[in-house]
Amino acid sequence: MSQPTPLHDETSAIASTAGSAASSMALDVQHLRKQVELPGGPLTILHDISFRIAPGDTVAIVGASGSGKSTLLSLLAGLDTASGGRVLLAGQDLSTLDEDGRARVRGEAVGFVFQSFQLLPSLTALENVMLPLELRGDIDPETPARQILEQVGLGGRLGHYPRQLSGGEQQRVALARAFVTGPRVLFADEPTGNLDQHTGAAIIELLFDLNASRGTTLVLVTHDEGLAARCGHSLRLDAGKLVGA
Amino acid sequence: MRSLSLAWRQLRRDLAAGEIRILLAALVLAVVAVTAVGFVTDRAERALAIEANRLLGGDAVVRSDTALKGELLQAAQAPGLKRTQTTELDTMIRVGKGEDASLRLGDLRGLGEGFPLRGAFRVVDAQQPQEHDARGIPARGTLWMTQAGADTLDARLGDTVSIGDADFRLAALVVQEPDAAMDYFNVAPRVFLNEADLPATGLIQFGSRIRYRLVIAGEAGAVERFVERARPALGRGQRLETVQDARPEIRSALDRAGRFLGLAALVSVVLAAVAVAMAARRHSERHLSGVAVMRCLGAQQRTLVAVYVGELMLLGLLACTLGVAIAFGLQWGIGSWLARTLGVSIPAASLVPAVQGYATGLVVLLAFGAPPVLALRRVPALRVLRRDLDATEPSAWLVAIAALAGLGALLWWKAGSAALGGAMLIGIVGTLAVLALLSWLMILAVRRLRARLRGSLRYGLANVSRRASTSIAQISALGLGLMALLLLTFVRTDLLDRWQLALQADAPNRFIINVQDDQTQPVHDFLRAQDLGEPVLFPMVRARLTQVNGKAVRAEDYEEGQTRRRADREFNLSTMDALRDDNQVTAGRFWGSGKPAATEFSVEEGFAKDLGWKIGDTVTFDVAGQPLPGRVTSLRKVDWESFRPNFFVLVSPGALQGYSASWITAVSVPPSKPRFTAQLVQAFPNLSVIDVDAVLKQVRSTADQVSTVVQVVFWFSLAAGLLVLMAAVSASQDERLLEGGVMRVLGGSRRQLRLAQASEFAAIGLLSGLVAAVAASVLSGVIATRVFDLPWTFNWKLALVGGGLGMLAALVAGMAATRRVLDAPPSVTLRELQ
Repeated sequence: MSQPTPLHDETSAIASTAGSAASSMALDVQHLRKQVELPGGPLTILHDISFRIAPGDTVAIVGASGSGKSTLLSLLAGLDTASGGRVLLAGQDLSTLDEDGRARVRGEAVGFVFQSFQLLPSLTALENVMLPLELRGDIDPETPARQILEQVGLGGRLGHYPRQLSGGEQQRVALARAFVTGPRVLFADEPTGNLDQHTGAAIIELLFDLNASRGTTLVLVTHDEGLAARCGHSLRLDAGKLVGA
Repeated sequence: MRSLSLAWRQLRRDLAAGEIRILLAALVLAVVAVTAVGFVTDRAERALAIEANRLLGGDAVVRSDTALKGELLQAAQAPGLKRTQTTELDTMIRVGKGEDASLRLGDLRGLGEGFPLRGAFRVVDAQQPQEHDARGIPARGTLWMTQAGADTLDARLGDTVSIGDADFRLAALVVQEPDAAMDYFNVAPRVFLNEADLPATGLIQFGSRIRYRLVIAGEAGAVERFVERARPALGRGQRLETVQDARPEIRSALDRAGRFLGLAALVSVVLAAVAVAMAARRHSERHLSGVAVMRCLGAQQRTLVAVYVGELMLLGLLACTLGVAIAFGLQWGIGSWLARTLGVSIPAASLVPAVQGYATGLVVLLAFGAPPVLALRRVPALRVLRRDLDATEPSAWLVAIAALAGLGALLWWKAGSAALGGAMLIGIVGTLAVLALLSWLMILAVRRLRARLRGSLRYGLANVSRRASTSIAQISALGLGLMALLLLTFVRTDLLDRWQLALQADAPNRFIINVQDDQTQPVHDFLRAQDLGEPVLFPMVRARLTQVNGKAVRAEDYEEGQTRRRADREFNLSTMDALRDDNQVTAGRFWGSGKPAATEFSVEEGFAKDLGWKIGDTVTFDVAGQPLPGRVTSLRKVDWESFRPNFFVLVSPGALQGYSASWITAVSVPPSKPRFTAQLVQAFPNLSVIDVDAVLKQVRSTADQVSTVVQVVFWFSLAAGLLVLMAAVSASQDERLLEGGVMRVLGGSRRQLRLAQASEFAAIGLLSGLVAAVAASVLSGVIATRVFDLPWTFNWKLALVGGGLGMLAALVAGMAATRRVLDAPPSVTLRELQ
C-alpha cells in the first residue's frame, strides 16, 4: 500500500471499499474542497481532491507557489476546516469533529514541523519539547524530552530559550517536539525554507532518520524538487487541482 | 502636503486592514471616558449649584436695611437675570377677633412677584391637605403662615389674620421655606403676604425697621457679572450672599461632591493614558516590518516620521470626534435620568468637556503614542530579511518625560488645583515605581516556581516571566488603571459613609435656648425624665471683642464682609471641660480637666484665621462692661455637620464664673413625642425651643441628592474604566493568540488553553490588583485627609476585594480578548498573525 492512490474517477470504488481501506490508511482524503469568500466572489483554492496514504509512507506535496500546497496540508492535519469532502486521519473523520476533537486527534496522532519553527518563546528548548507530552497528560514528560533532544544533538542546550538558538538549532528543537509524542503522521511545511542550504540539508537528514527509525508517515510540503525526490511518492498540485502522483 | 496625503493614505489602509483598530478603539474609549465623565460632572455640578441656590431662593441675594436703589438695582436689570424682592419687618400677628384672639410678635414677609426664583415653598392648603410645592406667592387679600406659628397661635386655614390695619384670610400653612436654612434661629411665627398688600397694612412708615432682600437668578455668567458689579456698590447695612455663604454643613457637602467629581475626571484621564500607552506600543510593533520595507524602498527617516506621526494625528482627530460624539449621546441619557431622579432640571452641558476630550485624546496620544512611533524611523532595513531585528526601543527617558509632562499638564488642567493634580501625579509616579518593583520581584518568584509546575500552568506563568520588561509594563499599566478606579471607590465609600454618619437619624433636632442659671438643673432633670439621654448644657455669655495683643480693635481694620462682621458684633463665649468628638485640636494644647491659673481661649481655626489670631495672642473681650483678657492656647477644627451646639470661642473653665449666662442645649426628639415642645414650654415658659427638623430634612435631602450624583458619576467612571482596561489587555493579544494557535496545533484542548491563558491573566491581574489596592488605600488616605477633610483608616477588606476585583477584571478582559483562538482553526490564527 505504498502507492498514494488518486481517486478522481473512482468515487464509487472508494465508497464501497471505504470501510476496510480507510481503517488501514494513515490518511484517506475524499473529494476535498476548499473555498473562501472574497469581496469579489468565492475563490476555490482546492478542487475535489482525493487520495490515500498508507502508514509509513513518505509523501511530498509539490507545486508552484499559490497552488494550494499549504492549504491542503492544513486540511490534512485538521488545522483548518474544508468546504466539502472529508479527511480520515488515523481512522478519524475530521469533518465530524469540532475544534477540540481535532485538537485531540492532533495530540494523539500528529506531529508538526513549520517553516517558521513556531517554538514558544517563553519556554526553554526542553520545555518546548515537553509541552505536547504535558498537554497529553503524560506523567513523566521530561525523560523522553531529554532523550530526543540528545538525539537531535541539543543535549547541551536544554535550558536555552528559542531566541538564544540559531535557526538550525530551533528547527532541531521543532523536530524533537514533533517526534517526541511518537506521532503516526508527521506533517512538515517547507521545513527548510528558513534555513541556509547546509543547515537545511542537515535538518532533512535528521528528519528522514527520525522518520525511518520510528516508522512515521511523513507528509511534506515543498517546492524543492530534490527534497521531493527523497520521498517515496509525490502529489503534484496545480491551481488547486491534483495533477499527478 | 505630500506627507499629509501619505499619512492619510496610510491611515486609510491601516483602517481597512484592521491594523489600527485597537489603537482607534482604545483612543475612542479614552476620549469617551474623559468627555462623558466631564459632561456628566459639568452638568451635575451645575445642577448641584442650582440645588444649593434653592437655599437662598435665588442665585444671589442682597440684604439691606434700606430700600434698594441706584447701582445695585441697575446691576440686577442686566440681561440674562431674573429679579424679585422681599420686604421683612417685625409685627404683631393677631388671629381671630375680640377676647378669643391670640396675639404674638412675629415676622412679616412681603413677597415680590416670582419669589422664590429657585426652590419653592412647601405648603398645605385647603385644596391639597398633603404637603406640596406652592405655586407663586399668596394671592391679594390672603396670607400664608408657618406651621409652627399657626400651632403657637392656634390658627387654622380660613381664619382671619390681622396684620396692622388689614385683615387677611389664612390660605396656606408653610411647612418649609425655600431659604429657611439661612435663618433657622428664627423662632417667631412668620406670615407671608403678597408684597402689593403691604401698603394696606400701614406698617411701612418712616422709621419702621424694615429689611429688604433683592433676589437674583439667571445663567451662571450673568450672575457672576452681577456679583462682580454689586459687591463694590454695597453700602452700609448691605450684604451680598451667594451659595458660598450658605450654611456650612450644606456648603461642605457640596464642596466635597465637587471635589469628588473632579477626582473622577482625573481618574478618567489616567485610564485614558493607560489604554493609549498600551495600544500605541502594539501599534508600533505591528508596523516594524512595514517600516523596514519602506526603508528598503528608499524612504528617508523624515518621510517616515511625517507619515507615522501624521497618521497618528489624523487618527487622533478621528478618534476624538467619534469619542466626543458618543460621550455626548451618553451624557444626554444620563442627564435625563439624573434629572428625573433628583427632581431638578439639569442645565445643558457646556462645550468645555468636549474641548477637554479633544485635548486629552491628542495629548495622551502624542505623549504615549509618539515615542514608540518615532522609534520606527530607526528600524533597520535589514529587518526585511531578519525578522528578529527590532527597532531600537525608544529611549525610556524620552517616553517617561513626554508621558509625565503630558499627563501632568492634563491633571493640572482637570484638577484646577495644583495640590490635587500634584498629589495625583506623585501618586501615579510612586505607584508606577512600586508596581514596577513588585512586578519584577514577582517575575523572579515565578521563574523559580515554574520549574515545579506542569503543562498549562507552566506555560501561563512562563509567559509572565519571559521578557520581563513587557510584563512589568503591562502589570504597571493595569495596576495604575485599577488603582485609579479603586481610589475612586475608596473615596466614594468614605464620602458616602461620612454623610450618613454626619446626618445620622439621631442628630439633635431641637435647640433649647434661653435657659437661666437657676434652671439648668430642673431643665436637665426634665430632659432626662423624657428619656432623651444625658443632656449637656452649655453656658453662653455675650461678649464683644475689644483688644488683640493690647491693641484696640476697630471694625475698619478688618476686611469687609464676614470678617468685619465677626470683629464688630457680639457673639457667644462658652466653656467646656473636655472636647467632644466633633472638635479636634489642630494647634496648641486644650486645657485638661484642671482649671488653668490664667484665662485661656480655644478658638475655631477658621475664625482665628479670618481674624488673624495665632497661638499665644492675648485677646480681650468686653463682657457686660468688664474686660475679660486671656491667651489663645489652642485652635480647634469644628465639625459643623454634627448639628450640636458649637462655639467659635471657648473659655477655660471657671473664667466665666460670675458673669450672667444663658444656657443652651440640643436634644434629639423622636417623632413619637409630638407634645415635647408644648410640655417643656409649659414647665419653663421663658424657654425658646428651636425646631431644626425642617432644616435637617433639607440638609439630608441635599446630601442625598449629592450622593446620588456621586454614585452615578462613580458607576459611570467604573464602567468606562473597565472598558479601557479591556482595551489595554487586548492591546497585547497578538502574541498570546499566536502562541495559543501553536498549542492548538500540538493538540492542546480548549480547557488546557483556557487554563494557560487564565493562569497568566490571573497572575498579572492579582499582582496588579493587590499593589493597586494598597497604593489606592494610601493615596485615598492622603486625599481624604488633605482634600476632603475626612478621617482615614486603612480598609483591609476593601483592599482585598480590590485585589480580587483586579484579578477578575484582568481575567475577564484577557479571556475575552483571546477568546477567538479557542474557536478559530489554528491555521487561520497562525496565518493571520505571522
